[in-house]
Amino acid sequence: MFNDSILSLITFVPTAGAIVVALLPRRGKLIQWFTLLVSLLTFALTLHLPAHFNYGQTGFQFEENHPWIASPNIHYHLGIDGISMWLVVLVGFLGPLAVLASWKAIETRTKEFYFLFLIQQTAMLGVFVALDMFLYYGFWELSLVPMAILIAMFGRQRGPQAAIKFFIFTFLPSALLLVALLWLYAKTGTFDFVLTQQYLAQNGSALAPQALWWVSLAFLAAFAVKVPVFPLHGWLSDVFSEAPTAMAMVVAGKLGLYSIIRFNLGLFPEQSRQIAPLMIALAVIGILYGASIALVQQDLKRFLAFSTVGHLSFCTLGIFCFTVVGLNGAVYQVLNHELSGAAILILFGILYERYGTYDMALYGGMAAKLPRMATLYVITALSLVGLPILNGFVGEFLILSSSFGVHPYWATAATLGVILSAAYMLTMIQKLFYGEQSQLVVNKNVPDIVAREGFALIPAVILMLVLGVASPYWIRAIGGAVDQMANSFAHATMTLLPNVAEKR
Amino acid sequence: MTSSLHLWLIPLVPFAGFLVNGLLGRRFPKALVTAIAWIATLIPFLQVLNIALHFSSLTLPYNERVATWITAGNFHADFAFALDQLTLIMLLVVTGVGFLIHLYSAGYMAHEEGYWRFFAYLNLFMFFMLTLVLAENFLLMFVGWEGVGLASYLLIGFYFTKDSAANAGKKAFVVNRIGDFGFLIGMFLLIAHFGTLSFDGIFSQIAQHPEWQGGFLTAIALFLALGATGKSAQIPLYVWLPDAMEGPTPVSALIHAATMVTAGVYMIARAHAIFDRSPFALSTVAIIGAATALFAATIGLVQTDIKRVLAYSTVSQLGYMFLACGVAAYSAGIFHLLTHAFFKALLFLAAGSVIHALSGEQDMRVMGGLRKKIPVTFWTMTAAVFAIAGFPPFAGFFSKDEILYQAFISPNPVGKIVWFVGLLTAGLTSFYMFRLWYLTFFGKSRADQAAAHTPEPGHHAEKEEHKHPVHESPWIMLAPLVILAILSVIGGWVGVPAALGGHNEIEHFLSPVMHAQHLSFEQVSVAMSTQQQAVVPAAEAPEGNKSLELLLAVVSVATALIGWFIAHLMYFAKPELPAQIAAKVRGLYSLLLNKYWIDELYGAVIITPVLFLSRYVLKGLFDTGVITGGGLALGYATQGIGSLVQRVQSGNIRSYAGWLALGAAALLLLTYFGFGTHLSF
Repeated sequence: MFNDSILSLITFVPTAGAIVVALLPRRGKLIQWFTLLVSLLTFALTLHLPAHFNYGQTGFQFEENHPWIASPNIHYHLGIDGISMWLVVLVGFLGPLAVLASWKAIETRTKEFYFLFLIQQTAMLGVFVALDMFLYYGFWELSLVPMAILIAMFGRQRGPQAAIKFFIFTFLPSALLLVALLWLYAKTGTFDFVLTQQYLAQNGSALAPQALWWVSLAFLAAFAVKVPVFPLHGWLSDVFSEAPTAMAMVVAGKLGLYSIIRFNLGLFPEQSRQIAPLMIALAVIGILYGASIALVQQDLKRFLAFSTVGHLSFCTLGIFCFTVVGLNGAVYQVLNHELSGAAILILFGILYERYGTYDMALYGGMAAKLPRMATLYVITALSLVGLPILNGFVGEFLILSSSFGVHPYWATAATLGVILSAAYMLTMIQKLFYGEQSQLVVNKNVPDIVAREGFALIPAVILMLVLGVASPYWIRAIGGAVDQMANSFAHATMTLLPNVAEKR
Repeated sequence: MTSSLHLWLIPLVPFAGFLVNGLLGRRFPKALVTAIAWIATLIPFLQVLNIALHFSSLTLPYNERVATWITAGNFHADFAFALDQLTLIMLLVVTGVGFLIHLYSAGYMAHEEGYWRFFAYLNLFMFFMLTLVLAENFLLMFVGWEGVGLASYLLIGFYFTKDSAANAGKKAFVVNRIGDFGFLIGMFLLIAHFGTLSFDGIFSQIAQHPEWQGGFLTAIALFLALGATGKSAQIPLYVWLPDAMEGPTPVSALIHAATMVTAGVYMIARAHAIFDRSPFALSTVAIIGAATALFAATIGLVQTDIKRVLAYSTVSQLGYMFLACGVAAYSAGIFHLLTHAFFKALLFLAAGSVIHALSGEQDMRVMGGLRKKIPVTFWTMTAAVFAIAGFPPFAGFFSKDEILYQAFISPNPVGKIVWFVGLLTAGLTSFYMFRLWYLTFFGKSRADQAAAHTPEPGHHAEKEEHKHPVHESPWIMLAPLVILAILSVIGGWVGVPAALGGHNEIEHFLSPVMHAQHLSFEQVSVAMSTQQQAVVPAAEAPEGNKSLELLLAVVSVATALIGWFIAHLMYFAKPELPAQIAAKVRGLYSLLLNKYWIDELYGAVIITPVLFLSRYVLKGLFDTGVITGGGLALGYATQGIGSLVQRVQSGNIRSYAGWLALGAAALLLLTYFGFGTHLSF
């Protein structure tokens, strides 16, 4: 049956594509076209999931579970719930966009680039669908390798250094994660997520609480660096400024945040609850800190790195507030941020391809010359500042309003972020597009958005509006998974707070 | 149940106009762009008129739920629209004045580049403003609220090649965001306490709990009021509005005078059930309103740019509306909102006509003697000047007097004080408006002095190499002026107080909304349909107060006359006087001319420290030092370990695997020995 193998198909179509890419001759745009085709096919396959998702059913769906290695006991176990489903679709959607964004930016060593790009796709999809934690760890590590190599190969100026930084920051905590996984296996005898979850819920109290605490911390550290959560963001601005657009689009955010929700909240609800005050504080600091520094950045990529820290901190806040609404909002905001963040990265890349610099100060007054680009910039920026009826608002509002119910002062501080984000985004828009035309803009004649770029950006912009006005369509699936988590928390002698205080 | 009114069409039609013109308008001829924009505004106007004609047969309030917008856990928000008396007045103002300004703009903007863009934005504004007014819950209202801010941002920055315009647009958006912060916190509090953002849901809960006084309702009211000060340009967030005059003049008329800036007043009136429970919040609103009214009027006394005078006047008049809300005279506030929309839109459009006639000149010091050259503009503007100055029977007289009277008789302890401040402001208003009137239209033309300086860039004409002679504007600009002039004369007659032999119809009309605080919406509608509005006690002034009201009216007209007289003296009879006075009180004059240096103060106290903190402390010191430094130290440490491992493994192993293995081993050992737990592989 299709439903029984769809996840494997989605995950490994890019790998098959990568193998073909390796065999293809380097001729014309053949590799680009082929990769585009593969990524479109993957996207089409991911759309099968929402079409056949059973909203009434709890637990994981489209499951595949086969014994793989007898000892240690590793299964090939895939499955998705309402949270991971949209992330899989999102990866599918962003794939073709990334190929289009790389079309001209990557001109040398295209075979290497697209090969690793497709491997990276498989790794990310695998992270979201793997339910065996060993398998998950394999995908997680795999997602780091092509990234590091591509950053080193295609960096702007200091690619290798950025790659090393990325490597150090992400691999070390991953080692911790591996240790923690092995410890868990030693206790439970299984790598299976579902079985481990059950085991911990029932026998968790029998395990040494301190050990469990360290294990949960190891999970959290690995994921928090990847998000990144303040103050672990040291790698992000270097990686953003060096990585090719297609890589920068996927390097931050969803993998880490998804993993925190799935594993930290799913396996260690009690420990997560205990560390929540710290995480909330870090999230709120991250929101204000990222926004403040974005306010004074001149380099577009570094500007975006700090704005990203700020935006992703909203998701962290939503996760650790332990409310149903907040968690819904956090998952939704992950989707929103990935979409809008990808769009703005593509837009920055487009600008770089034309003018060869990311220095804001060199730009100015482009709106009259490049009206289509200006329009896309403005809409994307508005989506990122959370303008209502665009996507960013829904998630931000759910997160802030629900966190206000449990931590009013932290939430108030976080809400100050909406002022700062408007300030830095509009400053960026003004510097690039308004005022007199700068020397650079006057001297260089460049085309406005071309068809290829339009194909990448217009679907994204339309989706921003759709996600902004039709949120129930997505949240329906997310909400089911969140409710289920809330129920499983009940086993662990704790409850996810009711979303809106039901006083009286 | 009334059959569906399809309220959703009212905002959506302008949105369609925005989409068509915004996506395709660049390629359209101007006539087509104009037609689309006009039709997209005319249809909602006609629909609103149609509703108004059948209004008495409707069951009110009428609610219309279109779709679910957000639902997560037990939080729920709909795309839902509501119609009641208050909504109807707002709808008539927004679509009516909006349509007139669309007409006018076709003439005013005829020679501008980006003509299509202008009309697309104008339609976008209509969409958001109508959403704001029609929304049945705070969240949808917030959509309109932020959306009009966006439209305002785009239109202020319409001449985006000018740095001042781009700066003004950004300033407007960011300052409004500070207000929106308050609105958001207010909504969070509402959710925490009521579990919903629906007006009906919140107000009916309040109605059922008469014991709720102050407390959390004060907090909610104050945060909402902060939101309102942003949108309605009140202290402390008024600073964006004067700068917003960088936008084309029709925008100033529509957005920054008649409609958007009144959204804060509308929001307070809409949420009056909350404000009514908090005397403290009400007093705060009253004091903010009175202070802003006076403060802005004093700045308006000395401004020389015709639009800036009107901008400060708008801030000041909005202060009156705030003042009215603060003494719980919401109907009076909405009444003034209505008349102000007429005469202030007219003032701006007439000023635009003057600017148009003078090829982009906005400085009143080089105007003068235009009375005969542009007679229609002169006469229509005269009607507006008399209206805002508060002379009977012009519109502004009735609404302003209602506010002052309500403040005077208010049981609120600040009532008498804000009445006095309001009265004083009325005198100042009269003065600065007649100053504008005399400087622009009377005396001799001072246009020859214009050669000394270049006019404010912005309007098309300055791009022309040589100026054309002074000319009256085309009919498409004059027709809206005439209509608004008529409304500025008669618009106040819907609220003639009993003291002057009237029936104050607007007060009665609004009373089901404004006096419904003790009843839920359903109860009111039931009561209304059965008892024909008799359930609400008519807020008619008792006999004894009629003489008081008359007396107060005489006092305020006398104050306005004094203001006129002084303006006459200074700017008509003895034009050398102003300079002499300015020289005598140089300090005060300079203080007013520089707007109390508030912008500079905000810059020094807020913006500079924030940027300093961000640039040097956070970015320079902390991020470069601690975060990156820490990362590098970590890097060197691991590189060191890595090379160690490489040496141990005779350089064969990839450093990645080395780190991984080493880290894993270390941690395994740590876990094993550290916690004494048994590993059983």
